Amino acid sequence: MHYPVLVEVRLRDGIADPQGATIERALPALGLDGVTGMRAGKSFRFDVAADDEASALARATVVADRLLANPVIEESSVTVGQGVSPAGAGSEA
Amino acid sequence: MAARVGVVMFPGTNCEHDAVLALRRLGASSDLVWHGDTTVAGFDALVLPGGFAHGDYLRPGALARFSPVMEAVGRFAADGGPVIGICNGFQVLTEAGLLPGALQKNRGLRFVCATVGVRVETSDSVLTAGVPVGTELSIPINHFEGNYTCDADTLARLRGDDRVVLRYVDNPNGSVDGIAGVCNAARNVVGLMPHPERASDPLLGSVDGTVLLRVLMASAEPALRAPATVA
Repeated sequence: MHYPVLVEVRLRDGIADPQGATIERALPALGLDGVTGMRAGKSFRFDVAADDEASALARATVVADRLLANPVIEESSVTVGQGVSPAGAGSEA
Repeated sequence: MAARVGVVMFPGTNCEHDAVLALRRLGASSDLVWHGDTTVAGFDALVLPGGFAHGDYLRPGALARFSPVMEAVGRFAADGGPVIGICNGFQVLTEAGLLPGALQKNRGLRFVCATVGVRVETSDSVLTAGVPVGTELSIPINHFEGNYTCDADTLARLRGDDRVVLRYVDNPNGSVDGIAGVCNAARNVVGLMPHPERASDPLLGSVDGTVLLRVLMASAEPALRAPATVA
């Protein structure tokens, strides 16, 4: 069975995020005050073949830890299954 | 016998010919090594040059570490062979785990292309052996992700073990402790953001890069390295 996976990667706390800071500073120009703590990151969508959700999570976590995030500067969170839209959604007719 | 220096070329590398030319003009025998090769036999030293290996997709250097040649580069380094990574090559070496730390986006998200002052901080590495500490060199940098970072423990270890090879005179990118180059514990793997090959001729505005390239060539010491495998 194929489980949909969402991996979010962001800079670790304490690592400067000039992109997030720049976005945050731009918001008042839109009249949007009170937005703080902006951090920019990346998200990855893919499917993992596994027997059950727990092993899908384990495999997806390896993908995140060993390739998608650089542990020196980044951390990741992995979501599997319900709530994650199927991979390829939007690209298939 | 001239030092034989291999210059590793990944898809997207773009400074390989500059490096080969600079090394040859200094008297080295230098040739390209394709990233798909599984051996670096026949070389006494390796250079991972600048560019955008594998398009810098995901992160600079992140995918280059899976190129077949990197296993051979890792063995060469483990055997004590001199390996230097310039700019993108530095990023590849950190992603491959051959050097500590990471190169993140420059402070202020600023791409920097300028000739900068860098100071030699140790005379004990394959790139700076015999060069007096405090020597200032004028060498170009050209990068967006050259902001060296590492955790506090790693930084303390780098300083305590005299592994900071080069520091910027005037930090151009936000690098922690002004670090422009570091080496591994065995001191035979060095990564640096400045491009010594671009400071190798008076026409380029500086010849200071030749100071470092000559040390690399001397570090190669062909007699100590395994001879080329004859098929």
